[in-house]
Amino acid sequence: MKQILILGAGTAGTMMANHLNRLLPKGWQVTVADPENQHLYQPGLLFLPFGARDEHKIVKSRAHTLKRGVTWLQKAVETVDHEHKTVIMKDGHRETYDILIIASGSHIQPDMTPGMTEDEWYHSIFDFYSLAGARALRDKLADFQEGRLVVNVVEMPIKCPVAPLEFLFLADDYFRKQGRRDRVEIVFVTPLDAAFTKPVAAKVLGNSLLDRGIRLETEFMTGEIDPAKKQLLSYDERGIDFDLLVTVPTHTGADFVEASDIGDELAFIPTDRHTLAAREMEDVFVVGDATDLPSSKAGSVAHFQAELLTENLLRKIRGEELEPSFDGHSNCFVETGDGKAMLIDFNYNVEPVPGRFPYAFGPFSLMRESRMNHWAKLAFRPTYWHALLPGRRLPISAQMSTSGKQLEFLAAVTE
Amino acid sequence: MTQAVYAGSMVELDAEGFMTRADAWSRPVGEAISQELNISLTPEHWRLIDFAREDFSIKNTSPGLRRISKYTKTGMKDIYRLFPKGPGKLIARIAGLPKPKSCL
Ligand SMILES: Cc1cc2nc3c(=O)[nH]c(=O)nc-3n(C[C@H](O)[C@H](O)[C@H](O)COP(=O)(O)OP(=O)(O)OC[C@H]3O[C@@H](n4cnc5c(N)ncnc54)[C@H](O)[C@@H]3O)c2cc1C
Repeated sequence: MKQILILGAGTAGTMMANHLNRLLPKGWQVTVADPENQHLYQPGLLFLPFGARDEHKIVKSRAHTLKRGVTWLQKAVETVDHEHKTVIMKDGHRETYDILIIASGSHIQPDMTPGMTEDEWYHSIFDFYSLAGARALRDKLADFQEGRLVVNVVEMPIKCPVAPLEFLFLADDYFRKQGRRDRVEIVFVTPLDAAFTKPVAAKVLGNSLLDRGIRLETEFMTGEIDPAKKQLLSYDERGIDFDLLVTVPTHTGADFVEASDIGDELAFIPTDRHTLAAREMEDVFVVGDATDLPSSKAGSVAHFQAELLTENLLRKIRGEELEPSFDGHSNCFVETGDGKAMLIDFNYNVEPVPGRFPYAFGPFSLMRESRMNHWAKLAFRPTYWHALLPGRRLPISAQMSTSGKQLEFLAAVTE
Repeated sequence: MTQAVYAGSMVELDAEGFMTRADAWSRPVGEAISQELNISLTPEHWRLIDFAREDFSIKNTSPGLRRISKYTKTGMKDIYRLFPKGPGKLIARIAGLPKPKSCL
């Protein structure tokens, strides 16, 4: 038996395992290693701080998400020895492979910012990128009567780069509905030079922040936090006071990437932009947040990559050339509060622009707020569990289409 | 797109002042750009600029700050001391490289 070994059974690893389980020719088997018992639907974390009580709907047992036929090793990877095509687990177990897929995602590292996880951690400093953080923040927001709420991104890249903006929009809406908005000042502190990196979207989203009275502090490289003074400090010695800090800490790839010396400075793995082959390792592929690609670290990207990588692996097994098929396609619903959302759709070459997005039960409006987009965002959770993870095809192309997009907006900013 | 003369050579700059062609760069050009930015270059500065050039020649993208910090073993605070106000962009401009992209 030949073996495809997948490291990590999150969004990307689970989809890959289930696709391959169905499509691999005889003589091949799929094994996935992941130490965690539960699979978390991470987009659900955004709504917990604002009172959502549906935690049971955003976690499922791992065994439930992997199809029969896939072997699950409930083990944590310690190192990858790609020269010997062997993965060494934390318990000493060794697993060999013919093809390796690294799908170990990215995670937050609050300890990398001095002062973040000291006395004020989960008292006046919170994250919402973990279940514990989102839950603790829910209680804090319910009690927060007045003062300055600072939302901060420490450094790029982060997963779901629109999530901090969504958090701001939802916070504005939340305090408005509670009748406390006039007593809560909201400030967004970002290392970027605008609300978002892609210029057209940055303008639209930046204006949406202004309209809601949210102040924007740009090019702020967080150096440390002074928990006693409740102050965020930048490397260029600016200080921002907060009463409540909601931070998106530095992200890195998995620990074994660093330990195996196969990643970059943040433990993301050098990956071919179009085929997803690891650039410096033979018979190794990388999918989802674990790559060093300039595409978004998002579930939608993991979904498109998993479909295209499955096709490429089947080609490889048949002895054919890989297709450079991945175009950087990303598709994100952005919650804007008050039961509305925007949709952005883009790839490596075409940044998000307004327009219409053709879909089975659409069209959806791109980069404009609508209720339909909000419902689609909520409907995504059942779609994730029942269609995406099991590896069913959704009626959305893995490659970006320009149909419906108002590309003249691109000319307007590049001029 | 504008043009400028640095150290006697004509170079093309994008709207934000980054050189559009890394191969049109030379050390005297870098020196001239740094004067325009009011930074006087010492060997410490050059170590970071040289790393950025070398890294670009391999990866074809301008290195971000954390990358520069890790591979030149220079603390972030020191990088800010050498290039106050946006060292990532300043290093790229002086090194004749494109604006460093924050990943999305
Ligand atoms: C608050 C929030 C909101 C988001 N909203 C959206 C959204 O609206 N839309 C969207 O598209 N995306 C969204 N995302 C992003 C999305 O969840 C991720 O991009 C996606 O889950 C990435 O998939 P992945 O498989 O690469 O990583 P993950 O799903 O994170 O999976 C990584 C897996 O690797 C395992 N692993 C780690 N280390 C090891 C090890 N040493 N050994 C073995 N296994 C290991 C982990 O246990 C985990 O199961 C959001 C994320 C957050 C945090």
